[in-house]
Amino acid sequence: MKVGVVTFPGSLDDRDAARAIRAGGSEAIALWHDDADLHGVDAVILPGGFSYGDYLRCGAISRFAPVMGSIIEKANAGMPVLGICNGFQILCESHLLPGALTQNQGLHFLCTPQTIKIENTSTPWTHDFIQGAEIVIPLKNGEGSFQCDDPTLAMLESEGRVIARYVGENPNGSRNLIAGITNARGNVVGLMPHPEHAIDPLTGPTADGLPFFSSILSVMVGK
Amino acid sequence: MAKIVVEVMLKPEILDPQGKAVAAALPRLGFTFAKSVRQGKRFEIEVDSDPTPAQLAEVSRAAETLLANPVIETFIVKVEK
Repeated sequence: MKVGVVTFPGSLDDRDAARAIRAGGSEAIALWHDDADLHGVDAVILPGGFSYGDYLRCGAISRFAPVMGSIIEKANAGMPVLGICNGFQILCESHLLPGALTQNQGLHFLCTPQTIKIENTSTPWTHDFIQGAEIVIPLKNGEGSFQCDDPTLAMLESEGRVIARYVGENPNGSRNLIAGITNARGNVVGLMPHPEHAIDPLTGPTADGLPFFSSILSVMVGK
Repeated sequence: MAKIVVEVMLKPEILDPQGKAVAAALPRLGFTFAKSVRQGKRFEIEVDSDPTPAQLAEVSRAAETLLANPVIETFIVKVEK
């Protein structure tokens, strides 16, 4: 399986995402923000970081990068896309996912191991998890508070589109403790915490994040 | 030369931690007038001549596409001399 990782100016976690993809058994393909060609990838990860310096709003400028035009088109046709942190913000700005990520309620940048509960294992990114599993992966963001209007929130909840929720105290003010959501079709997933930093106990708090990167292979080869 | 101003504010129902922090700092400095504070953004756009209604409509389209995120923000477009 070929999984593309987009590098925008200011992306930070593209290399960790590529490493995680390889650890999950797929081939990582580097994609460039200024190149609309997706080089035949089967899926795309938008990594964390501060693309375009987070100027204007997080993800607001990246959303118009040439590569995003191709990704939006393919995502709407069913290609799996995972946005982590800044990638989640870009997916919301692209309107591939509803809602928006706003400044943390406590104003501080957070960087901490965070427990989240996996609530939807039907997406190509969460397939390898056990429903209801609680995992610990790093949370590191300044604008991680998931916000949307009441009808959108009710829709996400009633359609089972919250894929992960924070466990314990709300770290950033996200509505309903939402850490990650998916689109109506279930192929596009946005996640605020960072599974790519938790694939190996040597370099992360746990290896709990690995199923986010192995799921795609299981789904595509029908394991 | 004319100036088109776009002001962007978070919708009232969206939490504004920066505004809250400013509201909390004011009384510490002895300014006790503020019941609450909301913080927004102001864009000043220079154009060659007084804008036509069509140009202002174009600025509005740019505002809702890029300058503001309509999911969480509202904006107004006005002309300043």
